[in-house]
Amino acid sequence: MKPKLAVWKFASCDGCQLSLLDCEDELLMVAEALEIAHFPEASRAVVAGPYDISLVEGSITTPHDLERIEAIRAQSTWVISIGACATAGGIQALRNFQAVEDFMRMVYARPEYIQTLSQSTAISEHIKVDFELRGCPINKNQLLELINALLNRRKPHLPSESVCHECKLRGTVCVMVSQGIPCLGPVTHAGCGAICPAYQRGCYGCFGPSDSPHPAALSQAFKSLGVSEAELVRLYRGFNSNAPAFREESLQHE
Amino acid sequence: MSEKKRRIISVDYLARVEGEGALYIQMNGSTLEEVQLKIFEPPRFFEAFLRGRDYREAPDITSRICGICPIAYQMGAVQAMEAILGLEVPEPLRSLRRLIYCGEWIESHVLHIYMLHAPDFLGFPDAVALAKVAPEAVKRGLRLKKIGNTLMTLLGGREIHPINLQVGGFYRLPEKTELLALKPELEWAREAAIETLRWVAGFEFPAFEREYEYVALKHPSEYAIHEGRLVSNLGLDIPISEYERHFEEEHVARSTALHSIHTGHGAYFVGPMARYNLNFEQLSPSVKALAEEVGIAEHCHNPFKSILVRSLETLYALEEALRLIELYQKPDTAFVSGPLKAGKGHGCTEAPRGICYHRYEIDANGLILNAKIVPPTSQNQKTIEADLRHLLPLYLDKADPELQHLCEQAIRNYDPCISCSTHFLKLEVARA
Ligand code: SF4
Repeated sequence: MKPKLAVWKFASCDGCQLSLLDCEDELLMVAEALEIAHFPEASRAVVAGPYDISLVEGSITTPHDLERIEAIRAQSTWVISIGACATAGGIQALRNFQAVEDFMRMVYARPEYIQTLSQSTAISEHIKVDFELRGCPINKNQLLELINALLNRRKPHLPSESVCHECKLRGTVCVMVSQGIPCLGPVTHAGCGAICPAYQRGCYGCFGPSDSPHPAALSQAFKSLGVSEAELVRLYRGFNSNAPAFREESLQHE
Repeated sequence: MSEKKRRIISVDYLARVEGEGALYIQMNGSTLEEVQLKIFEPPRFFEAFLRGRDYREAPDITSRICGICPIAYQMGAVQAMEAILGLEVPEPLRSLRRLIYCGEWIESHVLHIYMLHAPDFLGFPDAVALAKVAPEAVKRGLRLKKIGNTLMTLLGGREIHPINLQVGGFYRLPEKTELLALKPELEWAREAAIETLRWVAGFEFPAFEREYEYVALKHPSEYAIHEGRLVSNLGLDIPISEYERHFEEEHVARSTALHSIHTGHGAYFVGPMARYNLNFEQLSPSVKALAEEVGIAEHCHNPFKSILVRSLETLYALEEALRLIELYQKPDTAFVSGPLKAGKGHGCTEAPRGICYHRYEIDANGLILNAKIVPPTSQNQKTIEADLRHLLPLYLDKADPELQHLCEQAIRNYDPCISCSTHFLKLEVARA
């Protein structure tokens, strides 16, 4: 029997699960190796659990989410959170810094119809997660590598250094040193392939903090480039604002 | 009436739509008591947390509303900011924006045609199952989708949430040689899009036509994608800045979505069929000739045939891409800039699913005071419900599973994007 793959969605933009459909060259091979048992965005067919691999996209934001995520854990061998929403709460975690009731009134005329939690949180805050793929969105090659590794019962090759390292591999001249552009690359987890600096802009941290980041030192360097305290707060409060290292650094400058 | 006659069709989790939603239908004999499209996508509060952010952050933040059409969000945001600052984006930057948007149309339309919609017509649960009997078709679809993503990746840095668009232009400009390298694959894709059209034209379409108010952008000299005035077949003709004077949003109970209506008119229809019916004349001669061949020249009022229109638009986008690549000459600067000032600005572009409206107000420091974003799916939602209300009485003799499938198909005609509309769907059919 083929191992069963399930894809689950919580609060998200669907971009990370779309990464799987964006594997145009590999999708049919993946479907050969795995049974796509639950993937509502791509299929009407639903095969009952248990599942070997559960990919979880999105953050926990409603009371019902809490029940769903427990049920997913209970019927999955491996749970993999995919993307900044699932690994750190995502852009919607910006609510964690404000009163959610105010947010609701700003967007909805009838806030009483809406059920939501005051915090947007990562999957790992609620259940045991076996692997995390960072990024907003994830890198599809990393997704393929992880699935491949699990199917072959080997350790996945997933980088854990910073985006700086990837710039060097790519041969990109440092945008901060050469052009004075504030760049979160030194404290951001590798995985994207250092796209932004190669496009003449600073990294905005969509892969979240690297393994042992030093954001305080980076903030000092930013200040000497003329970055204000308010701008520092915004820099760390992007797509991974609730990841501990970014969260704490942003609070330092509030 | 007796309990025997009560039928409830209830689909808890609509498949092959982008995001989460449900459908609930309740019938009593031949009377349709209730049709409800329910959205249970959790709210993410974009308009709220945009307040206090720097105007330059709006494109990257709003992009995260939807991973399937990020360019629509980025483009709406940058245009609104450019309107505030009085920036005119010159050629060839303007054409380069149209080119990356063509990439998004191709990627999104082909995803819908091959992976979400075609399996409905052919009776398969998904494209992977379809690939077992029609491997060549599915492989063609995947390769075609990929060229859309390749355009996005070259011009945007990556296919999902590209990073290269900024207020005033781009961060990095492509070399002409990089664009020319895509030509052979685009030329293959142009033929593949024609094969796609002929393939889908062979599907069986339920006979279903209604009168709609179509709303789309119209541009004087091109098939509108990223610029134009808002027009409709019922006489609307306004600049985008007047959108909120003519359209309003209702917050629907049991839903995190906001439904839009054309004030004084009601439900309206946005997306490929709206553009096609309003702007057919501006399509290329080859697209028009093929439209004639498949029997929908000039007009198409059957939403089940939207798959034909998406195929024609895919072809158009590929032709445009080839044309724009030929014309491109790399300029000296990647963007234009100007002094910061306070003000209010609007952006509106044709996302693959229809018009996506943005309005921002910023202060003299460039911080966002308020924001409003109206995605395409929330505009189509009332029209989708109305379609179901018209469709169901015609098929009451069908058994529940077939009826449910037909309803799901009627919903997928709109390629609804639920992530967007919560800013969408579970199906329940209750027959009583
Ligand atoms: S991490 Fe980013 S790309 Fe992935 S689902 Fe969340 S918002 Fe979308």
